[in-house]
Amino acid sequence: MDEVFKALADQSRRMLLDRLHANNGQTLSELCQGVGMSRQAVSKHLDILEHANLVATVWHGREKLHYLNPLPIYEISERWIQKYESNRLRSLSQLKRALQSDANP
Amino acid sequence: MNIERPKFVYVTYIRTTQEKLWRALIEPEFTRQYWVGSWQESEWKPGASWRIMMPDGRVADSGEVLEINAPKRLVLSWRNEFRPELRAEGFSRLTYELDALDDGTVKLTVIHEIDKPESKFLEAVSHGWPHILASLKSLLETGEALPEDAW
Repeated sequence: MDEVFKALADQSRRMLLDRLHANNGQTLSELCQGVGMSRQAVSKHLDILEHANLVATVWHGREKLHYLNPLPIYEISERWIQKYESNRLRSLSQLKRALQSDANP
Repeated sequence: MNIERPKFVYVTYIRTTQEKLWRALIEPEFTRQYWVGSWQESEWKPGASWRIMMPDGRVADSGEVLEINAPKRLVLSWRNEFRPELRAEGFSRLTYELDALDDGTVKLTVIHEIDKPESKFLEAVSHGWPHILASLKSLLETGEALPEDAW
């Protein structure tokens, strides 16, 4: 989970993820276009994103395509939502029971 | 841009064995737990028909086994059956690749593609895959799938 947060804590990397979100499956060259960073810098950011599994790569013929991988963020949100939602739902159902017992003495 | 590029690629790393993950992708006793109660029917040979059955008895999706190389690679043709506008788009191609890594995890790559730009079918399945795969991971790693009301 740490790698995901560290990977996201950088504006250039978030921008690259946005670009993939808008247009998934791009080569390194395509991602470098109009981005204001050297190819080396983009490549380094993509490595960090791939290490965090936020970007997945697939060979398509001789091209290496980069994809936004939503799974790590989904997995994190499921764990956190589960933790907080189940507490919230328990409180709501306790409140409901208390109100119903007040209404029907 | 090249229309034939896959649009969605999902990768997850699961702490399990390649064999167990393979079984979990195929066998009803597993899929029922993480795949909204569904199971698959197939002889699991190249050219064999394949379909996903929903608990109410309807066929959710159907197609054919295109390639099978247990426990490493499975490729299916896949068409939705119960939504007319998705069914009309025809067959997509689903690839599972399982790579056993040295650290005791298996890398699962799921590629779902269709030879049609702006596919509503791919858009629809793209909402389902993250949950199904996260639930599969949870099942294999903790013994419990994710709750269904999280959909």
